[in-house]
Amino acid sequence: MINLTPAEIEALLLSLRISGVAVACALPFAAIIATALALGRFPGRFILDAIVHLPLILPPVVMGYLLLIGFGTRAPLGAWLYETFDLRFVFSWTGAAIASAIVSFPFQVRAIRLSLENVNPGLYQAAETLGAGPIDRFFSLTLPLALPGIIAGAITAFAASLGEFGAIITFVSNIPGETRTLPLAIYTAIQTPGGELAAARLTALSIGLAFAGLLLSEVALRRIRKRAAS
Amino acid sequence: MSLGIHIKHKINKFTLDAEFHIVEPGITALFGPSGSGKTTLVNMIAGLLHPNSGHIQLNDHVVFDHSRNINLPTRQRRVGYLFQDTRLFPHKSVRDNLFYGARRNHHKLPHDEQDAILEMLDIAKLMDRRPNNLSGGEKQRVALGRALLSNPDILLLDEPLSGLDHARKQEILPYLEWLRDHRKLPILYVTHAIDEVARLADNVVVIDQGRTLAAGSIFEMLGRSDLPPLAGRFDAGTVLPARIVSRDPKAEVSFLDCGEQRIVVPYLGRPASNKVRLHVRARDVMIARTPPRDISANNIIPVTILKIQDDPGDTLDVTLCFGHDADALSQAETHARPTLHARLTKWSATRLGLLPNLTVYAVIKSVTVNGQLRDR
Repeated sequence: MINLTPAEIEALLLSLRISGVAVACALPFAAIIATALALGRFPGRFILDAIVHLPLILPPVVMGYLLLIGFGTRAPLGAWLYETFDLRFVFSWTGAAIASAIVSFPFQVRAIRLSLENVNPGLYQAAETLGAGPIDRFFSLTLPLALPGIIAGAITAFAASLGEFGAIITFVSNIPGETRTLPLAIYTAIQTPGGELAAARLTALSIGLAFAGLLLSEVALRRIRKRAAS
Repeated sequence: MSLGIHIKHKINKFTLDAEFHIVEPGITALFGPSGSGKTTLVNMIAGLLHPNSGHIQLNDHVVFDHSRNINLPTRQRRVGYLFQDTRLFPHKSVRDNLFYGARRNHHKLPHDEQDAILEMLDIAKLMDRRPNNLSGGEKQRVALGRALLSNPDILLLDEPLSGLDHARKQEILPYLEWLRDHRKLPILYVTHAIDEVARLADNVVVIDQGRTLAAGSIFEMLGRSDLPPLAGRFDAGTVLPARIVSRDPKAEVSFLDCGEQRIVVPYLGRPASNKVRLHVRARDVMIARTPPRDISANNIIPVTILKIQDDPGDTLDVTLCFGHDADALSQAETHARPTLHARLTKWSATRLGLLPNLTVYAVIKSVTVNGQLRDR
């Protein structure tokens, strides 16, 4: 086992915390939007779909800049949040979590939507004839049948968050212990003369983390396929 | 039970126009070719689809009435629905599937009745399995059990045998017969197979191209040659009620009484005085002007020709009434007699000079008569 330096541990834990908070906070919204996209038929569905996918297509720097414009303490929304709730996102790890959440949002929505669409609608009809109401059906059928997909989506989003660089550095800058996640730490190390070894160590750490994430999502996906094969 | 339906519904270019009323208990077959609107109609009874207009009455409850704005949600209609594709919940064990409805129902079946159903369906050893690990027949049995255990007021069976091969069908049919004979549960049985109707149904509703054409008892309906879905089909013919008189295990035949005529069929395991129904297909009935001698066919029945009409497919359909005195009877009296149908070529009819009211003999080989159909 490699002994990690305090700065490395800090960056690793910060990365995990930011990604974890980002995924957890985005999940309910992703679930609502995915449900609307999968089951709802309403005007503007296509536009909502496009907006959700926007972070996939836009350069992350653009996302970070847009966030800065929106949530900066001098921007209307940012100022209001700061004055009313004492919430400040700029230059803080919570801002990094917001940036990560938005950038990884499409992954969650797609995964949840797919798993919802995979549930045979005939099952709901069967449950209805057996006396189950809408809420009952949601908890006895929708949730357990979609759960592996939700988990897989969360893991993918978590992995994407871990790698987020552009949006974070643009929005919340590169502050050690506050917003310096693994990718930012690697970037800093490369920019520092003689920092090659530090960069290499951090890179190895990132690779290990990525593998662990992939492995987890693979396990989750296998479970989905096993259940879906009916 | 009673089931009263009078609905109209338009889906794109398809119009469903259904009207029938069933008061007798037992199995009512909703019979029609595929695409005739059977499943749509059943979905409306279950409340999964809402008709544009009309009303549906289940037992004493009006579950749908367009003009009075009544539309009971599916879960309050107390229907047991066996879907063609079973729709078992893939993430739940067989046990959890079976009791899904029962757990949500306030009118639970008594435990001994639950046990009787589980025992009848023979699914005790499947309890901990997942639906994915069941065979087609097993899935169908579990789905049937799930519907029954929810203690419905009516059971809707949507082509429960259509996805199964012959052997699997024979595996399920006895369970359906058991249901018919042992539970006072009205059953609406959707099918396009005449042999299933002949075997199971007490009443038949015939539907074609979205319209219900006729409804009545099995004995009355299967003999009708004026209904397009029934006429001309391979299995078309009549179902006759009969009683076992005696049997001869050595000769491997059973003797039946049907409309005071003796009918010989291949040996039936059951003893005398049991009721059976005979399914005699029109294509298996021969007509002779004089009683043939030295012929292998065991059944030579004096009959009177009631009518001769064209059958789809360039053949003739001859309606025959039991007895040589039928022309002297009133219409009501001939109606009460068993009738047969014979499918002949026009050449045969011309050769024999067949005309209505002519007295002839119907010749039926024993082996072509399906006498295995138990009647109550």
